[in-house]
Amino acid sequence: MSEAPILEIEDLRVALPEGSDRPLALDGLSLTVNRGEILCLVGESGSGKSLAAGAVMRLLPEPSVRMTDGRIRLEGQDLATLSEREIRQLRGNRMAMIFQEPMTALNPQKTVGWQIDEVLRLHTSLGRKARAARTLEMLEQVHIPDPRSAMNAYPHQVSGGQRQRVMIAMALAMDPRLIIADEPTTALDVTTQLQILRLIRELQESHGSGVLFITHDFGVVAEIADRVAVLRRGELVEQGTADEILNRPQHPYTRALIAAVPDLTPPAPRSFDGAPTVLKAEGMRKTFRARGGIFGGRRKAVVAVDQVSFDLRRGETLGIVGESGSGKTTVARCITRLLDADGGRVTLDGRDILSASGGDLRAMRADIQMVFQDPMASLNPRKRVVDLIAQGPIVHGTPPRAAREQARELLRLVELSPAAADRYPHEFSGGQRQRIGIARALALEPKVIVADEPVSALDVSVQAQVLRLLADLRKRLELSLLFVTHDLRVAAQLCDRVAVMEKGRVVETGVTAELFANPQHAYTRKLLASVPGRDWTPPQIREDAA
Amino acid sequence: MSLADPIDLPPEEPRWRVFWRRYRRNKAAVLGLVLLGCVVLLAAVAGLYEPVDPLRRAGPPLTWPFQTWDTPLGTDQLGRDILAGILHGARISLLIGVVATVISIAIGVVIGALAGYFGGWVDDVLMRVTEAFQTVPSFVLLLALVAILGSSIENIVLAIGIVSWTAPARLSRAEFMSLRRREFVEAVRNLGVGHTAIIFREILPNALPPIVIYASVIMALAILLESALAFLGLGDPNYASWGNMIGQGRAVLRTAWFVSAIPGFAIVLTVLSFSLLGEGLNEVLNPRQKKT
Repeated sequence: MSEAPILEIEDLRVALPEGSDRPLALDGLSLTVNRGEILCLVGESGSGKSLAAGAVMRLLPEPSVRMTDGRIRLEGQDLATLSEREIRQLRGNRMAMIFQEPMTALNPQKTVGWQIDEVLRLHTSLGRKARAARTLEMLEQVHIPDPRSAMNAYPHQVSGGQRQRVMIAMALAMDPRLIIADEPTTALDVTTQLQILRLIRELQESHGSGVLFITHDFGVVAEIADRVAVLRRGELVEQGTADEILNRPQHPYTRALIAAVPDLTPPAPRSFDGAPTVLKAEGMRKTFRARGGIFGGRRKAVVAVDQVSFDLRRGETLGIVGESGSGKTTVARCITRLLDADGGRVTLDGRDILSASGGDLRAMRADIQMVFQDPMASLNPRKRVVDLIAQGPIVHGTPPRAAREQARELLRLVELSPAAADRYPHEFSGGQRQRIGIARALALEPKVIVADEPVSALDVSVQAQVLRLLADLRKRLELSLLFVTHDLRVAAQLCDRVAVMEKGRVVETGVTAELFANPQHAYTRKLLASVPGRDWTPPQIREDAA
Repeated sequence: MSLADPIDLPPEEPRWRVFWRRYRRNKAAVLGLVLLGCVVLLAAVAGLYEPVDPLRRAGPPLTWPFQTWDTPLGTDQLGRDILAGILHGARISLLIGVVATVISIAIGVVIGALAGYFGGWVDDVLMRVTEAFQTVPSFVLLLALVAILGSSIENIVLAIGIVSWTAPARLSRAEFMSLRRREFVEAVRNLGVGHTAIIFREILPNALPPIVIYASVIMALAILLESALAFLGLGDPNYASWGNMIGQGRAVLRTAWFVSAIPGFAIVLTVLSFSLLGEGLNEVLNPRQKKT
């Protein structure tokens, strides 16, 4: 092909403000996106991948973060030479962006139709009727059910997946040459994610645009990429075709990243035949009553947990998997009594938790501890690490000195240096903070640990380390783990049994290996079929590479 | 890609050093601190300059400033030394500012914390009470309280505290409402920590910065309220307060304006110092808000 590539980035350098962890967010990045191609830019958080998109769209938070060097060409035209006005005409017209969070990227005050219309109003001289027709056509193209009524809907009236479809319709309204998608499916459920990925692929093929697809998820890469570029701390470490990078990675960093991706095939099941049941839930129910204000209108009560039963044996890990809104987190919160269930029985070693109150409940809390999703939000920022960990034992009567002593021991157990004890949480990285959260949960020597999405806020390499730590600890301490996750890959590797939840009900429970190999319920099959990159098995890479 | 060893973390900077570094960034706030230092100094040397009684007769009435060394800033119509009044008045103003602020913040934080933390009917009841206080103009309420309680200095301070707790109550309620849903609060609930400890040990330290900043505003307001009371002749006549001095100087305002102007200037500077201080604290405690 003789024509110029859609996007050429040459030796791009972006400077960070003084006092950042490194002087350059991007250091000598060179990329090309060809016609009809999807290039995935992969990297962990802080690798600078979103800033690359910002540099192309000239949407960097200047002047603190600014482009210092390099060339960006859109179909051969150097973007640096354009004025602010000319760039504005390009944005949304010849290059368009799809954002991660469609709820915040759409204006909540305007209808969906108005927002697509705005793009056309800015960039075309079409009349009102023609624009309306084009808007409708775009909504049809992104397969929104009932496009006519969707035009008049406000963003909060449509579901998350449909909002992302609206974003895509806006991005494609002008038939742009370049589409930049910045983690467009990260906020979505797996089943929706798969639909959106397919939609992006389908539209990109019919429009012939080039796509720069930014993601941290190798499953998504396997699903959609033609070519892959791997970014680490602002430097491009490797690029190549999807097949090369995914199956025969060369650079040690890429190999380490891919080695950290959990395999979707579960390991051989462990046996728990003789083990006693530690935790047993029967017919648990929870309904959220709608609390309508004067202007709120009447909303329906939501049944979040409906007749949920399961049991957990000593040393076993039970995964609760499902999409957002399936009630899995509500189950975790009811069991730990952060929420009060409406009905049912949960017994811990034969004692009823749900009806316990006052002193009994306090005493029982020592036996069932929780690890939270967001390691930053779950640690009080104004307490030292040692006090955070020792707090539980102190409340339960351990003398403070002994409790602090024990806390320092626990830090070693979760593979943190004892020097960490006197620091504050903000001084640690996400993975380190989650280790502190795990140490806190372990401090009371509980029988059961409830973990609510403990690794979903972490980068894949850190995620692998934390998962390994959890697996190691449960073996050493004979812990029973109730593991709530939306990520089937993680569940496959860690959980002995899995309960699949849909709309507040457990639709299927079974030994992980059997359930993954032979799902019975239609919903389980749909979930498994939606895991991004399910056909790709991460290659076994020897550890010495990392 | 091993975990960064926490030993590699930069050495911890002492907290007061960090505070001062951030505070220094705002030049006006530094000026506020200097002014406040001056007021404190005035209060400190009051006993040295006039050890007996600032209200005693020190020279001929209505002496203009800078006429004689005995009364450098002149005298009022009863012959009392104005400089002595200013010095001792600084003590009274600071006392009123600090004590009334402590009272109002204490009431406000407790009510706001309970309302924000428990929500539901507790919140409804407490907030209706707060609204009842807010609908009455605070100065009218203050006049009523002083009229009922009597105008001794203790009662004035108490009354000022009682009329100014509503704003800190609203502020801490808002903070508590947002913080009580945070995961770290759930995490300690899960450890079995009781409500009292959660409110005061876990949430309060995190809710404090905006309240501390607002305290400097209350301090300035308290000084102004006392002065206004004294101007109306409702101050405690046994103490030389700046408001009293202005109130008494009012009678001779046309012929000897300095009798009111000098204490008025002192009030302006003190109130200014507190509000600049508040701005500086804002910079220290909410550093994220103003980052360039």
